[in-house]
Parts: sequence; structure tokens; C-alpha cells
Amino acid sequence: MDKLIIQNIHKRFGDHEVLKGISLTAKAGDVISIIGSSGSGKSTFLRCINCLEKPHEGTISLNGEALRMQRAKSGELIPADHDQLQKMRTRLAMVFQHFNLWGHMTVLENVIEAPVHVLGMSKAEATERAIKYLRKVGLDERAQGKYPAHLSGGQQQRVAIARALAMEPEVMLFDEPTSALDPELVGEVLKVMQALAEEGRTMIVVTHEMGFARNVSNHVMFLHQGLVEEQGSPEEVFGNTKSERLKAFLSGSLK
Amino acid sequence: MFLYGFGPIIWQGTMVTLELAVLSLLLAFVIGLFGAAAKLSSNPLLSAVSTLYTTLIRGVPDLVLMLLIFYSLQIGLNKLTDWQHLAQIDLNPFASGVITLGFIYGAYFTETLRGAFMAVPGGQIEAGRAYGMSHWQVFHRIQFPQMMRFALPGISNNWQVMLKATALVSIIGLADVVKLSIDAGKSTYKVFFFTTVAGVVYLLLTTVSNLVLMWLERRYSIGVREAEL
Repeated sequence: MDKLIIQNIHKRFGDHEVLKGISLTAKAGDVISIIGSSGSGKSTFLRCINCLEKPHEGTISLNGEALRMQRAKSGELIPADHDQLQKMRTRLAMVFQHFNLWGHMTVLENVIEAPVHVLGMSKAEATERAIKYLRKVGLDERAQGKYPAHLSGGQQQRVAIARALAMEPEVMLFDEPTSALDPELVGEVLKVMQALAEEGRTMIVVTHEMGFARNVSNHVMFLHQGLVEEQGSPEEVFGNTKSERLKAFLSGSLK
Repeated sequence: MFLYGFGPIIWQGTMVTLELAVLSLLLAFVIGLFGAAAKLSSNPLLSAVSTLYTTLIRGVPDLVLMLLIFYSLQIGLNKLTDWQHLAQIDLNPFASGVITLGFIYGAYFTETLRGAFMAVPGGQIEAGRAYGMSHWQVFHRIQFPQMMRFALPGISNNWQVMLKATALVSIIGLADVVKLSIDAGKSTYKVFFFTTVAGVVYLLLTTVSNLVLMWLERRYSIGVREAEL
């Protein structure tokens, strides 16, 4: 069954067209990697999915429910119903490149914040859920009372993943989750993400980690200058590369 | 006899000064929040009005503004009551003092809070939005607590300047600590002594408020890592 259907996303910044019509369909359990050089539009595309960026064209639908959009004066499409957008965002949890954990809250407070204040869960229930997911990403009780600034980057990103999991979302969006990490910390985050993929979670991952794209995802999209240049299973994309640009990109990134 | 028997009167004046300062602080803070929001908004009219407000108020001496606002408030009200054929309403000098000071210092708070809002990293707000928070939730759960850390040093500064600026209300006839001390000095021929007393009262008030503000700064710096050398 198709969980997420994104069609024909266009996005401009000023006169520069960053996305020139990108579509994506994710079935339950799909792990889709989006790769491409910087400036190819991959992060912008991901951010259009939950409307952190407002697209100029395109449709977004989650579990058969289309997000109602209207055109703003600026020419962008904006959600017509903010409540619908907020509800949809709770089902599309995002993990950011720079973690974006709330700095004035402890680890536990970060993870229960949205379940309590957005989903309306009781504190006790949300705490129980938070502890479960913190354990899943490999963080024990001692970490719960710490503030994000006192954790390593890898730990922070794992807390951010627990924060996303605590929403029990339909689809998880990862925006270059390991790009801001020291090389020796990348592995711990990728391991957690691999475990999530094996559980059958639906994930869309913008990444520079070709190993992850090749070994964990079941679909790879290569973006170039705002268009999908090549896509398919990792075997096709990496084993039988057709596009010259993708060949060049891969020879540059596989050291 | 302690303070030549003027102790209770000086105490009364101190309380007036303190009440005036605290109420003006609250008003100025609220005006500052709206002013900062207006200045940062994408609406050109709102940001223009807010910019005009801060430019005018910060560019004219407090004393001039105090006289202008205080008297024009009364004149404006008189015109309104005349027009409606109502009896004249005399403005309470205390309320006028609070409104005037709050309005003047609201401009300084607008700038302080604008800077503080800008210092909160965009990713913090984005994370709130991405997890389905409403605009209000993003403001009061994330932006406000984080903004306060950046705003407090500026707020402390504004508060001290404002606390001392309350002395200006004595010229509009309010019995604050300055006016009562000078009255006491005149009637005892000890003007120097009583003026010093008024100075010491201000010094005590600012010292105590510094302690409170230091505590607040610690509270709002929670989760911030000290520099490690």
C-alpha cells in the first residue's frame, strides 16, 4: 500500500528553480535514499514533504489523504488548513542534520515534548514511551536528565531519532543525519537507522553515506540540478549505473 | 531620631518608586514583545510602525517625552470628554507615570527582545514546527524560554536605567522617594543629607535587583555548556 505520494514538486528561490518536478512514492516499509551533490535540491525536496519549505507546485498525500493547499501571494503553495498540516507533521517525524534538539530541555523532556503537548498524551504514558525508544537507540537512564549540550554529536542524533520514534510516525524523514558528525560517530547513528529499517519502518533518507544507500535502502534516487537523474533499486543504481553524471558522482564519493 | 522623623515618609516614597518601576517594567516588557514581533514580522506596515516608534522614542530625551506624554495624555482626554460632553476626568499621576515610563522603555525593550529573538537558532523553531506544534506552542515552549537567556543581560540594563528614570516622575507631581526626600530636606534644612538618603535608596534597590537578575540568568541558562578551555 502506498503510504506517501509526492507528485511533481517545483520550488524556486527567487529566480533560481531548485526543484523542477520531483515525484516520489513510498510504500509501507520502503527505505528510500536520496543522493546527489550539494545544490542538487535533495534537502529542499525532503523539506517540502512536511512543508518546512513551501513548494510552488506539487501535491503531497499521506495514507490517501491529500494535503489541501492554496496559492499565496508570493506564488508558493501554502497549506489551506493549518490544523491538517499540523496533524500531518505529527505523522512525518523529521531528523535534522544539526539534530535541533531543544537546548533548554533535558533528553527526556525533548522526547516527551511533542507526545505530551502535541499528541496530548499523559506525561506518565509519554515517559514510558520515551524510555522505551531511548533504550532502543542505545541510551540508558543516565542520559535522560542530561542536556543536549552535554552529549556527543552521535548521542544527540540518537536522542533526535528517539524523539522522532516517540511520535510513532507513519514515515520518518532523515535530512543528512550523519553529515554533521565526526567520522568516528557516524557508525553508531547508521547502526540505529539500519535497525529501524530492518523493523520495517518507512524511511526517506537524504544522505551522503553511499554504504547506507547501497546496503540498507531498497530504492535509491539520484538528484541532479532539481531533477531525478536516475533511480531504482540499489543493485541497478550502483551495479549498473546508466547516467554519466551519476557515474561521475559515485567515482567522486567512493574513496 | 532616625532620619529626623521622616523615616515613614521616605519609606512611603520608596514604595511608590518601587511600584512605579515594577509596573512600568511589566508594561514595557509587554510593549517590547509586541514591538519586537512587529519589527520582525514580514508585514511592512507593522515593521514600519514599530521602527518609527523605536526611532522616535529612543531619539528624544526621557524628560522631554515625559512632559510631552504626561501633559498630552491629559489634554487628549480633555478633548475627548469635551467632545462627548462629559465631565473632565483627571488622570491619576501614578497611572500616567506608569503609562509614560512603560511607553518610553517599551522602545528599549523592543530592541533588546528583537535581538534576543534573532539569537535563537532557526533550527530550534523548525524542529517545533516539524513536530506539529502550533505557532503559540512554538513561541511559549521553545522561542520564549530560549530568547530569555539572550535577553536577560539587556533586560537588567534596561531595568536599572528605568528604575532610576522613575525619579523624573517627581516633576509631574508624584510623591516618589526623590520628591519626598527633597521635601524632608527642605523642612529640616538638611538637603544634602536627605538627597544622599534618596541616592542610597536607589543603590539598595539596584543591588537587590541585581541579585534577582543574576538568579534569573542562571535559571534561563539551563542546558548551556560553559566554555571549556
